[in-house]
Amino acid sequence: MTRLPVKKTYKLFIGGAFPRSESGRTYEAQGQNVARASRKDARDAVVAARGAQPKWAGATAYNRGQVLYRIAEMMEARVPEFAELCSGEDEVHRSIDRWVWYAGFADKLAQVLGSSNPVAGPYFNFTIPEPTGVVAVVAPDEPPLLGLVSRIAPAITGGNAVIAIASETQPLAAVELAEAIATADVPGGVVNLLTGHRAELAPWLASHMDVNAIDLTGADGLRADLEVAAAENVKRVVVGKPDSQSLYEISAFLELKTVWHPIGT
Amino acid sequence: MTDLEKRSDRSPVPADWTYAPAPESTDIVRLQERYGLYVGGEWLDTKEHFATIAPRDESPLAEVAQASGADVQNAVAAAREAFGSWSKLPGSERAKYLFRIARILAERSREFAVLESLNGGKPIKESRDVDLPLAAAHFFYYAGWADKLEYAFPNRSPKPLGVAGQIIPWNFPLLMLAWKIAPALAAGNTVVLKPAETTPLTALLFCDVVRQAELPPGVVNIVTGDGSTGAALVESEVDKIAFTGSTDVGKAIQRRLAGSGKKVTLELGGKAANIVFDDCALDQAVEGIVNGIYFNQGHVCCAGSRLFVQESIYEPVVEKLKKRMTTLRVGDPLDKNTDVGAINSRMQLEKIEELVAAGKEEGAEIYQPPCRLPEKGYWFAPTVFTNVAQSYRIAQEEIFGPVLSVLTFRTPDEAVEKANNTPYGLSAGVWTEKGSRILWMAERLRAGVVWANTFNRFDPTSPFGGYKESGFGREGGLHGMEPYLDFE
Amino acid sequence: MAQAPVLPRGFELPLKQRLPRIGAIDQVAVEGRAADLAKRSIKKDAKVWALELAIRCCDLTTLEGQDTPGKVAALCSKAIRPDPSDPNVPSVAAICVYPNLIPTAKERLAGSAVKVASVATAFPSGQSPLDVKIRDVEDAVAMGADEIDMVIDRGAFLSGRYAKVFDEIVKVKEACGGAHLKVILEVSELGTYDNVRRASLLAMAAGGDFIKTSTGKLPGAATLPVQLVMLEAIRDVHEETGRKVGMKPAGGIRTAKNAIQYLVQVHETLGPDWLTPDLYRLGASSLVNDILMQLRKEKTGAYQSKDYFTND
Repeated sequence: MTRLPVKKTYKLFIGGAFPRSESGRTYEAQGQNVARASRKDARDAVVAARGAQPKWAGATAYNRGQVLYRIAEMMEARVPEFAELCSGEDEVHRSIDRWVWYAGFADKLAQVLGSSNPVAGPYFNFTIPEPTGVVAVVAPDEPPLLGLVSRIAPAITGGNAVIAIASETQPLAAVELAEAIATADVPGGVVNLLTGHRAELAPWLASHMDVNAIDLTGADGLRADLEVAAAENVKRVVVGKPDSQSLYEISAFLELKTVWHPIGT
Repeated sequence: MTDLEKRSDRSPVPADWTYAPAPESTDIVRLQERYGLYVGGEWLDTKEHFATIAPRDESPLAEVAQASGADVQNAVAAAREAFGSWSKLPGSERAKYLFRIARILAERSREFAVLESLNGGKPIKESRDVDLPLAAAHFFYYAGWADKLEYAFPNRSPKPLGVAGQIIPWNFPLLMLAWKIAPALAAGNTVVLKPAETTPLTALLFCDVVRQAELPPGVVNIVTGDGSTGAALVESEVDKIAFTGSTDVGKAIQRRLAGSGKKVTLELGGKAANIVFDDCALDQAVEGIVNGIYFNQGHVCCAGSRLFVQESIYEPVVEKLKKRMTTLRVGDPLDKNTDVGAINSRMQLEKIEELVAAGKEEGAEIYQPPCRLPEKGYWFAPTVFTNVAQSYRIAQEEIFGPVLSVLTFRTPDEAVEKANNTPYGLSAGVWTEKGSRILWMAERLRAGVVWANTFNRFDPTSPFGGYKESGFGREGGLHGMEPYLDFE
Repeated sequence: MAQAPVLPRGFELPLKQRLPRIGAIDQVAVEGRAADLAKRSIKKDAKVWALELAIRCCDLTTLEGQDTPGKVAALCSKAIRPDPSDPNVPSVAAICVYPNLIPTAKERLAGSAVKVASVATAFPSGQSPLDVKIRDVEDAVAMGADEIDMVIDRGAFLSGRYAKVFDEIVKVKEACGGAHLKVILEVSELGTYDNVRRASLLAMAAGGDFIKTSTGKLPGAATLPVQLVMLEAIRDVHEETGRKVGMKPAGGIRTAKNAIQYLVQVHETLGPDWLTPDLYRLGASSLVNDILMQLRKEKTGAYQSKDYFTND
């Protein structure tokens, strides 16, 4: 007699926990009922992100790198599960290696992006990069796992906290990713993942006055309106590629601070 | 109220509170009776061996191999062979090997810390809390550069050099191993590393980490032995030599390699000036002075061995320093409460004793807090000399022991002049609450590392190395990758 | 010191400008030193000795609006005999209560060596006129308090009115008569270690017998680095004047292990002379039970349960 498996419930990932949508709604995707996030869930996710971000930014870069590496460790243990939810093992391996790549950059950013500036006067002057704060991400549909990872990883490497809207048609990889993140010592609220209708959720994040930057890589036709909304609090607007890996993906979510101090006895 | 409650309680207070022994168990370390050489992923036996001991009581720990010239050549050949495929691996794959090593070291850190203290003599609280975390972090940091060299050196085409011969000292055995191997491998080189004669064991245990990380054979090769093994490595067909050790040996190596075309980096001795101004945070400065010279028994190339106190604050500093020295606990390195451990070897102890005798003879005033030193093993009490003149041997020569020389200065200019008045240039310390003066001093001190309001701080991201006879080349940070790369 | 004939009071910088220049403390270094000292491993008989000392130095405290004679009576029994099953466990140093509960405490503690300490001076805020605060002290002393725990005026301190802070302490000390005076700095309101050192020196210069970290009414309270800063100030005053001022960390010390870390700091900064209830107190309530549990663990070899120790 074949054994009846236990079916998974696909919920949101907010503040390190897995709540259902406060609206109680679901929608069907990839043959499953998936939580359909509401604007209130998005609002709660922003609160969670803002709450978690200072401590994440205040951790040492080494510590952040180790946490990101552990996400890779947790994903490596789940390769077959991930492979079923995206294009296959190859995409999963590339996603894992992407986390490793970004993990190795966390403690090097200041060295390549910062500088000591030789001003014409007796002052010590230096520039350092700092995270911008809370970043909203509209993730692309393709590739469903690698695209999401490619847009989240650079933002959090730099010390930001993220609220990502997963692909609407292929959200299950995002939920699986949330489970890996939840077991990887990532502080709750640093990564928040919402599943649901992109056109419904994105405008609420684009107009949110407590979001510092928005990544519109997966926004497609919504992009123009979202950019208008983002201007209300001068959000940094980023449009990247679904499968890229670069220092400049990280620096897109960083501010630069320059400090002066006199030199004298 | 009952009779029971009518009690007067004034039990007498004991005169002092003696901390009971708090030994860290050595059970976690399993030593072999005899070790061979680790070459091409295998253990190879040698004709000759020698004993390695625990300096806390001179007890023998194991027999290790004495690598001959032929053994060294064999190791270099194995490294050369492994270089072919190792250097062609994508950087991201090399990175993952190094990340594995970092994580395994972190997991096994207690085992390594106990062995380090046992074989080398430093307090367990240092090997546990400083050496091991830094060693693991060093591998983690350099792992991340392996596939990002185009960001580190834009517009240059970095390539690995080939085989690196690496010779390390006995004061931070595992940490120095990490400082050498991590950047070398990240850059795509393979290595033959020779640990110091008196401290081979953590390097040999590291070979087990290499095995667990499934590093391809021949990428890391460890050859143990005395000075002759090191000389053989310098002579061999390596592409680069990296040496950390005494200035005299460093000069000999530089002479030997002259004209050979082999790249070399040297990290040699120091006689750092630790400069305390009258507006310092006083109690914290005293802690910094103590840390600067008594950390690791003063067996530190960048130790703050010359204390320059601004004359206006001389008495309070020296008084507080002497009082603070009385709370230093000298004893068994494996006791968790020990602050100052054993001197690494009889040879080093004799050197310290000789220089201290010279100090007394030249007319400096010596102070040592009362401490009961164990009978067996190699020990030296924390020592401070006052009334020291710039020309005394104890102010000029590196003692490499827990011995501090105190001199004075009046103005920042004078401090800079005296601090720089040495052939060495590894590190310096500045203690003042005034930001502008910190930067002014840092600008003028001829030293590779300047510590302001702190001392003996290390980090894999922070470049470390000397000016002048303290050597050249930097380890740590982006700059630490350069010595292991060929830019055509 | 000689006096310049032209100036009436000699050349003295006004307190306001001078105090901020006293004693900068490096935060990173002091927290590093405190962390190092906290790693001391105290075992076996050294641990038992420390645990018993910790009990002898405890000021068992209850400072609640809801305190009643019944509550204070129970606390007093605990103070005299912390472990009913073990007569070898010593009494604590003192009970610390609000003035209204002094009579109950005096009655219950009569015949024992446990002292009665009372808070006063508009505890915990200190935000009342001076005459009210002095009257508070006088009443407490009249009711029989052996010790007074006062609060400094933090509002005055933080707005630079150091002379007011100083004068209040001087006057409170006068009103104490024979009672000893602990000066509460409320360190978590002072903002920086620099200010903690300045307030410590000010309190000692004004005549305090003890300096104390906190009222216990705010989160944060005593921390190991803060105690270290205060101990170093006590040490400096002793070096300069020969006077020995006591130390009392209060609030947030809940475990025996933590208490031992505080004692280690005293031992390695001030020396064994201060390891006595005459010069060192721990302000705590639930700490005693954890110490009793540790003592019993040392005696029996087994980890303990809270069920076997009374909650008074």
